[in-house]
Amino acid sequence: MSAHAYLRRDMIGPMPPPLAATGFVGWVRRQLFGSVLNSVLTLASFLLLIALAVPTIRFLVIDAVWEGASRADCLEETLGRPVGACWPFIAAKFKQFMYGFYPENELWRVNLTYALGVILLAPLLVPRLPYKTVNAILFFGVFPVVAFFLLVGGVFGLTHVETRVWGGMLVTLVISFTGIIGSLPFGILLALGRRSDLPIVRMLCIIFIEFWRGVPLITVLFFATYMLPLFLPGNWRIDPLLRVLIGVVLFAGAYMAEVVRGGLQAIPRGQYEGATALGFGYWRMTGLVILPQALKYVIPGIVNSFIALFKDTTLVLIVAIFDLLGQLRAAFADPNWSTPVTLFTGFAFAGIIYFVISFAMSRYALYTERRLDTGAAR
Amino acid sequence: MDQERRQGEGAAAAPGEGAAPAMRTTKNQVAIEIIDLNKWFGSFHVLRDVNFKVMRGERIVISGPSGSGKSTLLRCINRIEDWQQGRVIVDGVELTQDLKAIDEVRREVGMVFQQFNLFPHLTVLENCTLAPVHVRRLPRREAERLARLYLERVHIPEQADKYPAQLSGGQQQRVAIARALCMEPKIMLFDEPTSSLDPEMVKEVLDTMVELAMDGMTMLVVSHEMGFARQVANRMVLMDAGQIVEIAEPKAFFENPQHERTRLFLSQILH
Repeated sequence: MSAHAYLRRDMIGPMPPPLAATGFVGWVRRQLFGSVLNSVLTLASFLLLIALAVPTIRFLVIDAVWEGASRADCLEETLGRPVGACWPFIAAKFKQFMYGFYPENELWRVNLTYALGVILLAPLLVPRLPYKTVNAILFFGVFPVVAFFLLVGGVFGLTHVETRVWGGMLVTLVISFTGIIGSLPFGILLALGRRSDLPIVRMLCIIFIEFWRGVPLITVLFFATYMLPLFLPGNWRIDPLLRVLIGVVLFAGAYMAEVVRGGLQAIPRGQYEGATALGFGYWRMTGLVILPQALKYVIPGIVNSFIALFKDTTLVLIVAIFDLLGQLRAAFADPNWSTPVTLFTGFAFAGIIYFVISFAMSRYALYTERRLDTGAAR
Repeated sequence: MDQERRQGEGAAAAPGEGAAPAMRTTKNQVAIEIIDLNKWFGSFHVLRDVNFKVMRGERIVISGPSGSGKSTLLRCINRIEDWQQGRVIVDGVELTQDLKAIDEVRREVGMVFQQFNLFPHLTVLENCTLAPVHVRRLPRREAERLARLYLERVHIPEQADKYPAQLSGGQQQRVAIARALCMEPKIMLFDEPTSSLDPEMVKEVLDTMVELAMDGMTMLVVSHEMGFARQVANRMVLMDAGQIVEIAEPKAFFENPQHERTRLFLSQILH
């Protein structure tokens, strides 16, 4: 025996984990039925899910009416069975829901705008595709201008279409798009301003942010629509939709600023020092080192704001602008389609649209978050 | 009082046999000059009448207890830290409120931090090319060539496409050194470069720094790595309570420290 109390002769290599802990069965056992309480909760959730899903599917699909021309086709009396969603109502009003009262033979302009938007946005969302800078300039810079002239008209031989007749999904998308595209850069500038060393800049930003966060969006919309014209000189008239757009951007920008500020605060001081020591000035440091990290940290918050904004656009109904929900409510008043299920059908339709778009934003954000994760945060 | 007068007298005499590697100091070429520097954090007097001169090609190791102001002194040299009184002249350019002068100095002075301060959202290669491309305005191709060259020099060319978080501490610190070198600085500042490393990784970073020293880089190193100091330093500086207590050649510094405070400090770190 040597003086060593213990000496290992063979190192242990890696071994696979025990079987019971892995695989589907292992997962179900551990996660769903691990204990009595766990099993009870699993069963209760399962029952709740069934209780919710079954009537929903019955209403939307099984009992739904798929074809018809008027309210008579969606009445229990005529069909002799319980009636679910009355989809012919949506089909009949679809154009209104999508375009409002945009002139029939000018609808191609809206469709062209949508098509352009999709064509430019889709490649921007796929990281593998090249020419991101050009693509981004086209989408964020050129597209809004083109869309503006296409939709409003009055130039290049296009007839002028007043925003008064815009409506439905068109208005919802215009407000959301402008709000989202406008509020992010505006919010970033406000957040930077609030953290600035220059006292006047900082003060102005704080006042601005706190003011706009302090008032409800409805107040902002009312003010923009009914009060602002009183303050403006006599023949100065701003388009009602434009007024709302400006209000929404300022409002959403203030919220965005606080989200972005949260991200800026998460950046360690060493990052500023590292960049400063390399000779970066304020703007380059901010743009190349600080913001890319800060924005990455707050993607969930940013998308949260985007989704909230997207749904808040429904409030413009208050100031007599008819977005998707507004058109829907207007359509409810049509006696041709007044049935007990019209209301539910309409809201189900709107709900599905809002959900699909919001959910898509949320999933895409999650994907972006994972893609940008360089393992820095631990 | 003797130390007081010795302070800032410039380069040490030629090193003795087997001591520091050959020095390429040009006697009359001052790299950094610090004159009557005073700094307060609030009411706390962190730097007190610091006078110090560094020659081109000199390698200085600054030691001292924590809170003695050594990091702060280092950070004044590229003006990451502001001061209230005194003058700092780097490579002939005086640091004033003039932003142009500050930018000019920062371009010539590289810095390596205790916490590496790499940019976590960029790959190793991008970390190294960011400043050359955007500050020095080098073409990207040229910046990448330079970056690969210096990554080679710190012995991690194969990590170029990884993100900092995928590297060990020692590798990260070597990337930080390469990143600073990519700006081709005349002076390098090291602020406790090995203090946050696992013991197993200290050597790889120190080896890199020794190689840099051999190449004649002007270096100011805040460190308690006395082995490294013995090997490369031309002069040792001991700071305490915001002032320079003793400046000496390593041999004299370690074997025959003059100031009571130096003796105490050495007895505490060289067990």
